[in-house]
Amino acid sequence: MGEEGKGGAVGRHGSAPRVGLFVTCLVDAIRPSIGFASLKLLEDAGCIVEVPARQTCCGQPGFNSGDNAIARDLVVGWIEAFEGYDYVVVPSGSCAGMLKCHGGDLFAGEPDWAARHSALADRTYEIMSFLVRVMDYRPSGVAWPGRATYHDSCSGLRELAIHDEPRALLAAVDGLELVPLEGNDVCCGFGGTFCVKYPSISNAIVAEKARQVGASGAGLLLGGDLGCLMNMAGKLSREASPVEVRHAVEVLAGMDDEPALCRSE
Amino acid sequence: MEQTSHRFKENAERALASSTLRVALDRTTTLLRTRRAAVVAAFPEFAEVRGTAARIKDHTIAHLDHYLEMFERNAIASGAKVHWARTPDEATDIIVRICRQAGARTATRVKSMLGEEIGIGEALAAAGIERVETDLAEHIIQLAGDPPSHIVMPAMHKTHEEVAELFSRKHRRAPDALDVASLVESARRELREKFLSADVGISGANFLIADTGSVVTVTNEGNGELTTTPPRVHIVNAGIEKLVPTVEHATVLLRLLSRSAIGTEFTQYTTFYNGPRRESDRDGPREMHIVLVDNRRTDMLAGFLRPMLRCIRCGACMNHCPVYGAVGGHAYGAVYPGPMGAILTPAMSNLAVAGDLPNACTLNGRCREVCPVDIPLPDLMRRLREEQWSRGLTPRVVRSGLGLWGTLARRPGLYRLATRLAVFSLRLVGWRAGRIGAFPLAGGWTRHRDLPSPQRGTFMDQYRAGRRR
Repeated sequence: MGEEGKGGAVGRHGSAPRVGLFVTCLVDAIRPSIGFASLKLLEDAGCIVEVPARQTCCGQPGFNSGDNAIARDLVVGWIEAFEGYDYVVVPSGSCAGMLKCHGGDLFAGEPDWAARHSALADRTYEIMSFLVRVMDYRPSGVAWPGRATYHDSCSGLRELAIHDEPRALLAAVDGLELVPLEGNDVCCGFGGTFCVKYPSISNAIVAEKARQVGASGAGLLLGGDLGCLMNMAGKLSREASPVEVRHAVEVLAGMDDEPALCRSE
Repeated sequence: MEQTSHRFKENAERALASSTLRVALDRTTTLLRTRRAAVVAAFPEFAEVRGTAARIKDHTIAHLDHYLEMFERNAIASGAKVHWARTPDEATDIIVRICRQAGARTATRVKSMLGEEIGIGEALAAAGIERVETDLAEHIIQLAGDPPSHIVMPAMHKTHEEVAELFSRKHRRAPDALDVASLVESARRELREKFLSADVGISGANFLIADTGSVVTVTNEGNGELTTTPPRVHIVNAGIEKLVPTVEHATVLLRLLSRSAIGTEFTQYTTFYNGPRRESDRDGPREMHIVLVDNRRTDMLAGFLRPMLRCIRCGACMNHCPVYGAVGGHAYGAVYPGPMGAILTPAMSNLAVAGDLPNACTLNGRCREVCPVDIPLPDLMRRLREEQWSRGLTPRVVRSGLGLWGTLARRPGLYRLATRLAVFSLRLVGWRAGRIGAFPLAGGWTRHRDLPSPQRGTFMDQYRAGRRR
């Protein structure tokens, strides 16, 4: 993992860093506000942000199903679309983890691609870890009164070691009280295609998660990965829980004009 | 045991419907996780020892031929007899033959996973030899006629209330009371005379030490020594991956095993066996036989599953697996459940019949995090999925779904269009409520949870139209 200088990061040519935002499939389709919140935070932190039009998917559904050919092609597409930027930022630990930690496995026998992958992977970050580790950014003047709790999605936590960063950012939000969540580091049962291939098992796992979220006493559940958030929000909504669910960047960007996941417009 | 891995989904449904199973699993896995976390926190060099342990195992596996021959030489020198078995059938044939030569009618047995793997119970029954399980949990499941559901706690699926009912029905003298201590006393009474009258004692091995020819076992109940010492013949069955070069190497692994397995610093009994009774010994068996079993371990050694041969069978992976925690061990339908079983079962049987196992995993990585020898379990499961894909074993519905998705995702323009269409149709169904309760082809999701309806238009469309915040 790159340990670039903390705070005031500059681009490779000495100016403000140019960031390519990898939006992710789910954010593109289901919850664009996460993408716009990411844009705002990155710009507030002093980055020049672009959204390359050629991006599609990180390849995770193929990779995790054993179809390396499609996963390889999508990682190649990602490299071609993003290697001109100083950094790649992704509002998802699992998509960032796929690109950073697994993408390189797909280029056995292709040393040129492996080298291009490795060079870009070193500059690729999940958004909250980027804001804290690279930009040393904290939000200011953002208020979000209420009691919230945080679920650490597995890929972010275990592949990218993201734990303190979301908490450091959320601590700077006025009025937000972050309370502990029992089992915060335990899988929510989403697992990409797992949740539709093994729906009953996934349901048993997310039902337990919903119980723990309810027991936390928080009115708002936050996380850094839309797949997991959709799973937990969908379960809480089905159980008519009053707990709202959002991606943490929406709170950090003060983006309260969009209803929470599974809430009416 | 009968393998039912091919019915994983059906097994899982049955498990999910059982409320007592859920209680039993919650009680035991929570206790094991809590205790493990406490002893690991009190052992600051854990991470360092874990790295050393993985290197010891890797080294031994890389030179397995050398260490196996060294072990055989030294075990023979200690007076033991060494037997080699390629398959479970060869192993049980050897064990039954030794029992017959000893004129055995009764064999006591201390639980070992290898014994379960080769089907020792069925083989002894077929040979007409009475088998007495002396491990408390194995005693429970022998009485109940159940297969084990956990590798360290084989009766984990039973609550103590169920055990009380079982002992009351099956013990010659019913337990005096139904609390846990009285149940243990009742089992002790039931087993005591069997220990002294058995002809053969059968055990496994936690480690085999190459340069001394020793067999090491770790146990907590004292039944191990009562199984292996009084009978005339002691038979050890062990997988060939149990080897370590020296006693010093074994002690590194011993520091990790009990902490990872049951959250204690050490086991009550750690026994080193070196050959049968010598003239100067006061007790011990007259013969000691060591049956070394391959059962496709050499195939694993030669392929991408090689890191799995580091496994020391602690069970931490299953104690920390959300899927195991939901469905328990029987759902996996084979001797080894949980993450380790998702790899060992296809490796030891057949990926075509155990195809669900490496897929029924969210790849959350907690198993690897707690593995005392750092086996990359999620990566190995994914490699098995890769093999399924390339051998055409992936279910057709998954293949065609991914095929369509792949066609679109390779073409950004087409992908944008398809996303727009999907968002449009989802919004038609769900926009007023913000959620979707049912949607064609999404039953896997919506049976148990709502689907959030998409916001207005895709990110890419809104961004292209000039929205920035």
